[in-house]
Amino acid sequence: MTCSLDIFFLEAVLNGILLAGLLALLSLGLNLVFGVVDVVWICYAELVMIGMYAIFFAYSTLDLPLPLAMLIGITFTALLGVALHMIVIRPLLDAAPINQLLATGGVLFLLQAAATLAFGIEFRNIGVHLGSASLGDMFFSWGRIITFSVALATMLGLRYFLRHSYLGLAILALSQDRHVMPLMGADSRRLYAATSALGGGLAGLGAALMVLQFDIYPQIGLQFGPLIFMVCVLGGLGNMLGGFVAALVIAQFITIGSSCFATEWGYAIAFLFFILMMFIRPQGLLGARS
Amino acid sequence: MSMLELHGVCAGYGGFRALNDISMAVEVGESVAVIGANGAGKTTLLRVISGMLPAAAGRLSMEGQDLRTLPAHKVLSTGIAHVPENRHLFPRLTVEQNLRLGAFLPSARARFPERLDYVYGLFPRLKERRLQFAGTMSGGEQQMCAIGRALMSGPKLILLDEPSTGLAPVVVQQVFELVRKIRDDGYTVLIVEQNVTQVLAVVDRAYLLSVGRVEMSGRSADLLASEAVQKTYLGL
Repeated sequence: MTCSLDIFFLEAVLNGILLAGLLALLSLGLNLVFGVVDVVWICYAELVMIGMYAIFFAYSTLDLPLPLAMLIGITFTALLGVALHMIVIRPLLDAAPINQLLATGGVLFLLQAAATLAFGIEFRNIGVHLGSASLGDMFFSWGRIITFSVALATMLGLRYFLRHSYLGLAILALSQDRHVMPLMGADSRRLYAATSALGGGLAGLGAALMVLQFDIYPQIGLQFGPLIFMVCVLGGLGNMLGGFVAALVIAQFITIGSSCFATEWGYAIAFLFFILMMFIRPQGLLGARS
Repeated sequence: MSMLELHGVCAGYGGFRALNDISMAVEVGESVAVIGANGAGKTTLLRVISGMLPAAAGRLSMEGQDLRTLPAHKVLSTGIAHVPENRHLFPRLTVEQNLRLGAFLPSARARFPERLDYVYGLFPRLKERRLQFAGTMSGGEQQMCAIGRALMSGPKLILLDEPSTGLAPVVVQQVFELVRKIRDDGYTVLIVEQNVTQVLAVVDRAYLLSVGRVEMSGRSADLLASEAVQKTYLGL
């Protein structure tokens, strides 16, 4: 396919915007946790994978309605986030960052291996096909449109929650000065747990949207994990708006690259751009220089 | 029974004992200063009272309630608000968001609007700058915001740790005027200061701390006239 400013190009651009929604949503929870707890959940994509399985079994095996199954998946990953914090992160809160990375990296392999043992390596699908919407001669999958809308609504909702509710403000405040929180009458341990539940819940929401578009298998985290980290780091780790901007940029590279050359080229160009940017702006697009 | 009572309180950091056998009391409605040289233990004393640093020995109570068994985040609900050294505002939150966090306690949330009015009445500058990031304000404005944040919980006792540090002389005078004002409004105040003459001019009583012990205490006029204070702090 040639690369010219035709309808295919426009379709690629619009599809890129829709793909950006998913990447932005997936990076949201990771950025939130890093911004507040100051620990990177390397195993974030694996939480998404577990969430996808939870939704799959609730829907396909237990025969629950899909929205309820999704709610169960979100709750499950939220609890998993809290467990991850209490069991792995809390004892390491003051440890060196490399130890925290290694510990959550260990959780990554643990979750992947556990999923492989428990569910096998076959690909599963919830079998819901939402079809496509057409705009002129262009086609856009409903899964992507829904994902983009939910991602946008979630980002705006999270932003509102963090700025206007007491709990949200306390979470923001905790990220800026954790030592003074007791003087506000706030229990930092509970705020950390709440943040982790929120981060885990966002992974579950990502899972709920991903089951609409992708097959479920234990290694799906390997496909999305690097992309999520790239988006987070490119935007500036901990910066949620930066994550959104970076998602838009990366998704454009992927979809335009795929449309002009081949899918693999899309990813290669995106990562090349990422590496270049790390030389130019190592703190990320919107990150503060530290 | 006094509002705040300390009996034989000891505390320290690791092996270092910063406070030794401190006994003191603060009565309802009075303003009390703790003065002393650098490293005398003044800041440590406030940190022990607000639970930020656990006491190693002794008794501590607020209106008869034992403070030593309370975790730090429960102390605020006994009515003790602590304005810490260097203010510790949330720099990338707005003035009003900082004030909201001062009202984080569930019991304080319902009264947020009226207390916000009170604080904005005390500090019209904060109202002008309500949507500005706290970290971008001048030192004096930040101090006002920190005191305002402490008032938002509706405390009975306010602990002020060196509120005049790093401020221009004119602003220092405003801060001391403010101490007098909030005491007149019915708040009990315990203030730690290095500006000995100025603080003694606005408080009722004072304790002189020296190397972690209470060396002297009494009415502020008496302390100001005492040889110990004159020699050591006023260079007379």
